Amino acid sequence: MTALVIAEHNNAELNAATLNAVAAASAIGGDVDVLVAGAACQAVADAAAQVAGVRKVLLADAAHYANALAENLAPLVVSLAEPYEHLLAAATTTGKNVMPRVAALLDSAQISDIIGVESNDTFVRPIYAGNVIATVKSADAKKVITVRTTAFDPAAASGGSGAVESVAVADAAGLSEFVGEELTKSDRPELTAADIIVSGGRGVGSSENFAIIEALADKLGAAVGASRAAVDAGYVPNDYQVGQTGKVVAPTLYIAVGISGAIQHLAGMKDSKVIVAINKDEEAPIFGVADYGLVGDLFKEVPAMVEALDK
Amino acid sequence: MEREAMEFDVVIVGGGPAGLAAAIRLRQLAAEHDRELSVCVLEKGSEIGAHILSGAVMEPRALNELIPDWQARGAPLNTPASEDRFMFLTEKRAFRFVTPPQQANHGNYIVSLGNVCRWLAEQAEELGVEVLPGFAAAEVLYDDNGAVRGVATGDMGRTREGEEGPNFTPGYELLARITLFGEGCRGSLTKTLFERFGLREGVDPQVYGLGVKELWEIDAAKHVPGQITHTAGWPMDMSTYGGSWMYHFEDNLVSIGFVVGLDYQNPYLSPFEEMQRFKTHPLIREVLEGGRRLAYGARAISAGGFQSIPKLSFPGGLLIGDGAGFLNVPKIKGTHTAMKSGMTAAEAVFEALADESASGVEVTGYRERLEQTWLWDELYRVRNIKPSFHWGLPLAFAYSAIDTVLLRGKAPWTLRHRPDHEQLKPAAACKPIEYPKPDGVLTFDRLSSVFLSNTNHEEDQPCHLTLRDDSVPVQVNLARYGGPEQRYCPAGVYEFVEEGGESRLQINAQNCVHCKTCDIKDPTQNINWVTPEGGGGPNYPNM
Amino acid sequence: MKILVAVKRAIDYNVKARPKADGSAVDLANVKMSMNPFDEIAVEEAIRIQEAGTASETVAVSIGPKQCQETLRTAMAMGVDRGILVETDEDVQPLAVAKLLKAVVDKEQPELVILGKQAIDDDSNQTGQMLAALLGWAQGTFAAGVELADGSLTVRREIDGGIQTLKLKMPAVVTADLRLNEPRYVKLPNIMKAKKKPLDTLAPADLGVDVAPRLSVLKVAEPPARQGGIKVPDVAALVDKLRNEAKVI
Repeated sequence: MTALVIAEHNNAELNAATLNAVAAASAIGGDVDVLVAGAACQAVADAAAQVAGVRKVLLADAAHYANALAENLAPLVVSLAEPYEHLLAAATTTGKNVMPRVAALLDSAQISDIIGVESNDTFVRPIYAGNVIATVKSADAKKVITVRTTAFDPAAASGGSGAVESVAVADAAGLSEFVGEELTKSDRPELTAADIIVSGGRGVGSSENFAIIEALADKLGAAVGASRAAVDAGYVPNDYQVGQTGKVVAPTLYIAVGISGAIQHLAGMKDSKVIVAINKDEEAPIFGVADYGLVGDLFKEVPAMVEALDK
Repeated sequence: MEREAMEFDVVIVGGGPAGLAAAIRLRQLAAEHDRELSVCVLEKGSEIGAHILSGAVMEPRALNELIPDWQARGAPLNTPASEDRFMFLTEKRAFRFVTPPQQANHGNYIVSLGNVCRWLAEQAEELGVEVLPGFAAAEVLYDDNGAVRGVATGDMGRTREGEEGPNFTPGYELLARITLFGEGCRGSLTKTLFERFGLREGVDPQVYGLGVKELWEIDAAKHVPGQITHTAGWPMDMSTYGGSWMYHFEDNLVSIGFVVGLDYQNPYLSPFEEMQRFKTHPLIREVLEGGRRLAYGARAISAGGFQSIPKLSFPGGLLIGDGAGFLNVPKIKGTHTAMKSGMTAAEAVFEALADESASGVEVTGYRERLEQTWLWDELYRVRNIKPSFHWGLPLAFAYSAIDTVLLRGKAPWTLRHRPDHEQLKPAAACKPIEYPKPDGVLTFDRLSSVFLSNTNHEEDQPCHLTLRDDSVPVQVNLARYGGPEQRYCPAGVYEFVEEGGESRLQINAQNCVHCKTCDIKDPTQNINWVTPEGGGGPNYPNM
Repeated sequence: MKILVAVKRAIDYNVKARPKADGSAVDLANVKMSMNPFDEIAVEEAIRIQEAGTASETVAVSIGPKQCQETLRTAMAMGVDRGILVETDEDVQPLAVAKLLKAVVDKEQPELVILGKQAIDDDSNQTGQMLAALLGWAQGTFAAGVELADGSLTVRREIDGGIQTLKLKMPAVVTADLRLNEPRYVKLPNIMKAKKKPLDTLAPADLGVDVAPRLSVLKVAEPPARQGGIKVPDVAALVDKLRNEAKVI
């Protein structure tokens, strides 16, 4: 039983999400190979070979793989799929774009966004925006899988000693062409894509006071969110809202400041990996879900935290 | 502003039992007489049934008359009433009383009224009724003679400030020869009709109750399909009108609810928390333990009965259903009377519209017909029960027994009602009520409850809970009555928040479940509930 | 040019999904169902292209039980010209949906197919990509903007951390992301007009597609309730925990 993980990268560096996908592949139990398809991406293949648990790296180097276009990449994966029972990629926008195309060409159902491995054919995945967790069993010979990265601790980036092996490239499909990419360069990441989010609630008290939240966010390179109460009170615009009627987020770290933690807010952030709550009300429901709670005055604690982070 | 207009013979506002029964009856009559008659039903909920909340034990009398083969057509009346229990509660104990005759339910069914309405809407559509959910009737239209000419639906896509947003779509004018208003208790347009046509002159004020309901799925071993329990007593004190229901129906479901009379006097009272506290009674806790709460909602009901029935007709329109106050309080039922009023209105309207030129006429035949039906007799007989509760529970029980059993509802007197919003005493004169903290298993807080109503409103729209005077909430309601809106609202819409040392009323309009309590109970009638964008509000499943 | 747009009947986005007590499936009895929100965006885009004069006809297709007719009527009330229902009571999974859609595409010969990027019930995010694969067409997934010119389609795609622009050969499949457009309100008169628009019904067998599910759902459950962790005495302890225990900063 062997799994092939399709690496995500920018032709220079291996994207960290690949490490989570490798971890999920390892959890299935067999050998793990990694496919690095790109243009002039030897360095990525070398990095992938260092990842703990990787048996070998398949390197497909050709100009038409430079941008991971699904129309070009999917036939390549299919051409290499024969020895593999599991084909995995991180559930990033690249993985989500390519893998279903692979699955359809293999006449396999895809298991999207898994958060757990029960056995080599049974997986756990969230449905209904995470409100329901389904355990699904695949009847297909080849299992095509995307992996929710936050659900699997990354494989170590070093310590492995896989061999790098070049493989034959498939022809360009000639269906699509890369025009350009504008990566968001703002200092503050977008809410739904952020690794860390600092959110403020009604406890922040005013629009001006939100500067305190922003200062902490900037210190952490985090996005700024808000509870509905803060939005309704007019402290911040609508698109800051995290929760049932706002955005659903699942960052690695979510810091809730002056947020009581009504279920409507929790619905939007409960899948965060680590939750921190800072609130003066010891009884606030947010403490019931927070991994680390700090009872205190946010106007004192948050600036103190900014300072502590400098140390 | 230009609005598109559409013409119908009859426009019906509200897709509840009254409106749908009227629509069905109209199309039945049109088919029987081979007459063309266009009928449309407007519903502010996102679908038919989305805003319907009731116990409900349904007496099938009106349905039998309207659709005799309802069983064959798959009407969701699946659980016949099997056992009636009437209990008087003290804090720890329950005493079984003789079931009042009005509450004998043999032959009735425990239903989800929302599902019954969904089914009625299917029947209506089959008969050619245009059923239009997701559109709120926001304005009554009048012709040059002052007769009702139809309604206009609300604009969609206005911003919070009232400006036209990027997707702005103006409302529509639905013009009709006759418009039926079946908005349910405390209809926002019905309220304006009362004023304009003086429909409440010479009748008692309407009085109300607020019902807070939860739907539970319980352990199959504890489930007794068809069992009906009503309680009086605890947690209400002897001077506050209120009681509960608990109905076991299909699929291990239990409908449980608590009704508080909105004539309560203590501004510290919270109907929501009374409901939560009520569930901790051993009688109830035992049933719910091990189960899970599936849904939550609340709705005001009209409790004035016979003496509060307004004038029902005016040029171009009629009032039907609970908006007119046809609920039978001692029976705790209004579906059969709502349907009957709709059917009777339909018959009167059909007759009036036989004259092809008739438009904007006053269909006085509606009331004449209604007075000949069982509905009228039924409401007349029980008219003195509810008002007798002003004397407190023991006297009311005694009086009700005499009125019902000895006088058979034919007492030569009629007890009067007083308006609910005038009943609150100043907070200073009342004792705060300590409610237990929710445990998150049997009892819950407001927001996690509202979560289960699936309520939502498009955020960027004008607030639909309007204040006539912005200073009243703090200067009157908070100062004098301790801010009762934060307690009587079962959806956590109203909050007083401190900002910079000053109190301010925060209105979380998105939470609103359209129960209308604020419009009823606000002491100075400063809150005016108007329709939000169509489709907003709760999305009740199986309620 | 003809545009085919695929619409799914799914739980309404305001309604909370809940597993049945026996964990066999999600309880959908009498729950409000609506058009999948991403599909609504797909419909809006198709109509906008038609209104701009680039498309001559828009056709909506839905797959599922009889009630999907309502979903198609909504699409037609928004402005789509006609509807096709592939009626089945089976649990139709994305691969089967893609095969059925391919068969419809073979019949209808559209040059552009637009779908929502995913349905808010099973959250699979597969169908559009699978359809493109089966057709051998280009795919523009997670579209935030589309532009048709000179026989090719320029798609702005929402990717992690930014926007990517691709040029696709036609015919092509596009899947709609949240920011592609804001769907219009359905106009009341159009709801009545939609009832008179043509709606064809087909069976999967008519299309020669086996829709048997490949994935079996063994159980569904509510996510485990999150447990509260510890209280830290001060900011220093908090930063220490985040750095050295949780290792998240």
